[in-house]
Amino acid sequence: MRIGIVTFPGSLDDGDAARAVRIAGGEAVRLWHGDEDIHGVDAVVLPGGFSYGDALRCGAIARFAPVMETVADAARGGMPVLGICNGFQILCEAHLLPGALTRNQHLHFRNRDQYLRVGATATAWTNAFSEGQEILIPVKNGEGCFVADEKTLDELEGEGRVVARYTRGNPNGSQRDIAAITNAAGNVVGIMPHPEHAVEALTGPSLDGLGFFTSALRHLAGTAAGGQLTGGAHR
Amino acid sequence: MARVVVDVMLKPEILDPQGQAVANALPRLGVSEVSSVRIGRRIEIEFAGEADLETAREIADKLLANPVIEDFTLRVDEPAAAQTSA
Repeated sequence: MRIGIVTFPGSLDDGDAARAVRIAGGEAVRLWHGDEDIHGVDAVVLPGGFSYGDALRCGAIARFAPVMETVADAARGGMPVLGICNGFQILCEAHLLPGALTRNQHLHFRNRDQYLRVGATATAWTNAFSEGQEILIPVKNGEGCFVADEKTLDELEGEGRVVARYTRGNPNGSQRDIAAITNAAGNVVGIMPHPEHAVEALTGPSLDGLGFFTSALRHLAGTAAGGQLTGGAHR
Repeated sequence: MARVVVDVMLKPEILDPQGQAVANALPRLGVSEVSSVRIGRRIEIEFAGEADLETAREIADKLLANPVIEDFTLRVDEPAAAQTSA
C-alpha cells in the first residue's frame, strides 16, 4: 500500500511521517505541494510543521497549494487522509473537517508527552485501537486549541466523530478536550498530537502512534478486498 | 491605484488570549479603566486600477478570514478619508 506524505514549504515532520509509514509496513511516497499529481497513492498524510511560515493563519495558505485540490477531491471520494498538527489545521482550513485550531489558551508553546483517550475506532486511521484505549504520544503546538460552535461540537460528539480526547490534562484549552476528529465518512482524520513521533522505542515515549498507520494499511487492505472493514462510520 | 481595507476580528464568542494578555498588562501602565481588549488584523489591498469591492470581498471570504472563528468588514480607503479616520 502506498501512502503519500505531502511536503509544503515549512513542513517539519514529513520525514518522520514517511518513516512511520515504512515502519508500519507501507510504502511511503513523497508528494510535493506544488505538484497537483498525487502519483496514484492510496492514502495521504499531511504532516506537522509550519507550512508557508504560518502566514495569515496556520494552514490558510497551504489550503490553496496545487496538491491540496487533488487531495481534497480524493478525500471527498473516500481516500484516507490524515492531518497531523499543521495537517489538521490545513484540513480545517480546507473545510474537510469542521472547526478551527486557534492559539493555545495560555499562549505558551506546549511540547510534552500527552495521554489521549481514543474515542472513534471506526475510522480509516484508528481501527487498530479499542474504544476507550489510553495512548501516549507527543504533543507540540502553539496553535492547537480546537474551537467550534456548540452545535458543531454536539454533532461531533453525537455522531461519534471525536477520535481522541486529551486526558490527564488538556495541553492547549481545546473545547471538550478534543485532540482529534473525523469527517462523517470516517476517512479523513485530523489530530493535533504526533503519532509519527511514537513509533520506535528509541525516540518515542511509546509505540502507540504506530496504530494510526497500521490502521490505514488494514483499512486499505479491507477496501481493496471489497470488504467493509470498519463498519458504521462509512458510507 | 485604489486601496481596500479589510478588518478581520475574532468572533465575539471566540476567546482571544492575546487580547487578554494585553488587557492584563494594562494595570502596569497605570491604566485601570479598560475592561477588555481584543486583537484583530487589518489588511490593505491595493488594486492597480479601480477598487473592486466584490473581488476584495471574495479575497476576504476565501482567504483573509476564517468564517469559523472570524468576521470581517471591508471598505474602500479614500485618500481624503485616510486623513480623518480614527
